[in-house]
Amino acid sequence: MDLYFSLLLQIIYGVANLALISLGLAIVFGMMRVINLAHGEFLMLGGYTVVVATNNGINIWFSILILAPLVVGLIGLIVERCLIQWLYGRMIDTLLATWGLSLLFIGIITSIFGASTSTVISPPLGTITIGDYTSSGYELFLIFVVIVLLLFVFLTLKFTALGLVARATMQNSDMASCLGISTSKIYMITFSLGAAVSGLAGGLLAPLTGVLPNIGAIYIGKAFITVISGGSAILAGTTSASILLGSVNGVMSYVTGPTFGEVALLFTAIILLRLMPTGITGRFFRKSQ
Amino acid sequence: MMRLYGSFRGTLVVASIAVLFTLLAPSIFQFFTIITLTQVIGLSILALSLALVWGFGGVLCFGQSAFFGIGAYAYSVAAVNIGGSTGAILIAMLAAATFATLLGYFVFYGKLSDVYLAVITLTVSLILYSLMRRTSGPEYKIGSALLGGFNGTGSPPLNVPGNSEAMLFPLQTFYVSMGALILAYVFAGWLVTTKFGRVCVSIRENELRTSLLGYDTRLYKLGIFAVSAGIAGLGGVFFCVGVTRVTPDVFSLGQSALAIIWVIVGGRGTLIGPILATFVLYFLTASLGSQQLMNTNLVLGGILVIFVLLVPSGVIPSIAKWFDLRRVKKFSKLKERRLKMRKHRSVG
Repeated sequence: MDLYFSLLLQIIYGVANLALISLGLAIVFGMMRVINLAHGEFLMLGGYTVVVATNNGINIWFSILILAPLVVGLIGLIVERCLIQWLYGRMIDTLLATWGLSLLFIGIITSIFGASTSTVISPPLGTITIGDYTSSGYELFLIFVVIVLLLFVFLTLKFTALGLVARATMQNSDMASCLGISTSKIYMITFSLGAAVSGLAGGLLAPLTGVLPNIGAIYIGKAFITVISGGSAILAGTTSASILLGSVNGVMSYVTGPTFGEVALLFTAIILLRLMPTGITGRFFRKSQ
Repeated sequence: MMRLYGSFRGTLVVASIAVLFTLLAPSIFQFFTIITLTQVIGLSILALSLALVWGFGGVLCFGQSAFFGIGAYAYSVAAVNIGGSTGAILIAMLAAATFATLLGYFVFYGKLSDVYLAVITLTVSLILYSLMRRTSGPEYKIGSALLGGFNGTGSPPLNVPGNSEAMLFPLQTFYVSMGALILAYVFAGWLVTTKFGRVCVSIRENELRTSLLGYDTRLYKLGIFAVSAGIAGLGGVFFCVGVTRVTPDVFSLGQSALAIIWVIVGGRGTLIGPILATFVLYFLTASLGSQQLMNTNLVLGGILVIFVLLVPSGVIPSIAKWFDLRRVKKFSKLKERRLKMRKHRSVG
């Protein structure tokens, strides 16, 4: 019984982890149909913000929850103004330019901090025990944060003026700009918000994984697959795809060891996309956000 | 007027220049450079395969290095097991092409859009990367070849066909790999002038119109995808022979990015551009890396961003366009002069 409970908790954590690393990407993709290939590097920058801040004596909670999203959000703002805004409507060029950006970020961080990390911050919060099994308290905290984050995005989209305008732009950007909405400004805000969420995710994961200049590569494969399988609806897509793929990954990792977990995840996603080329939300929950 | 595809005669001219280069190379370069060149040739075959599938098929494959890596691994495993390189090369190309056909079936027959295709191929490559890194330990082996996880597995050198004892010397390996590059180049150049190639080009230009004309665009895309994957697998073979081992790094994000950068810099829509770009950029980054002045990623990232923003069509097409423009200008000047003369005569 304890085994199953612990396994369930692991799977829920896997789902939450997947949702966390994909949400920033999903926000940008859902709003702007732009796949940001530098997404992994935004996560990495969030991690580095936390490491640098805590090394300089700043409280770890403050640096994870406030500083990381703030710094990466600002970087996102700069990137959008300097690079992405010139490439709207040129999807492939956007992909390529953000890929170049990702290499640039890796290069810059490697030149500043070196290719390996010298400090590892230990995850705060201790462990909790369930029967014979122990689980990390920080992982539970992550699950909690993901739920709060999803709720926050939902409430913002549904009940604020910005959310209304954003949804209008998402549905039909031409119509929205005819009605006097500055879509360029909306895109700018969305991109920085997406970056900020990625920064938060990177900051949250830094104590678990440590930071490296090329750590983004670990996340982006899974994040892309989740977002594409989810389809264009930001919340429903990310949540449904994370639940499906996270469970597959969790179960397969438990059965075969970690080696085939990701392969099973990818395989499921490819079969899923063969059946529903526009993702889960292209087929179901079409009215959702 | 920009040509949609090159002429086969041009391909042959370039190929004969390449043959000349091959024959002269040993007397120009140092021995060490010749050994390095074998790896670069492998990489340039990868660039050629991406130039074919992206530049002519319009299929945006971000994970071309997946097929390259599969070729390299398949060659190493097969050569260790069957003890000869000739069959192993064929197995490597077949393995890469088969994998591409399976993947391509799901992707093209699902009618996924360009961007999805790009991301899925990239993800496949990344997941192969993390899969192969976890294969350290004696339980992960195919036949008698250990996969070796992070350190990778050794790749046996090429040998004379039919005689697995007679290994080729580095210089001979260079000749063979250069020969393979030229053959692959001529094959690709020929392919794009066939009917198949022309249909692929028309899909690149306008997929909807091509399918309305009665062509099964999914099948053609799958075809060019599989062929280019086979060529990429061949590149993988010569790369791992040049390095003498293959590590999971062939599947890494950086390797995929490099292939894209070569094609972007060399230019989409040409075959020789990406090959030349590979050689130039390889030696550029190698010299930068040895000076420790600037991080290689920084330079490559900068090149990619700058090219996308400022030279989106790549170097070779830009040069060709410039020549075309000049020719057109010259031609129109001549015409103007002739008209003037005629007017002059009629007045006189």
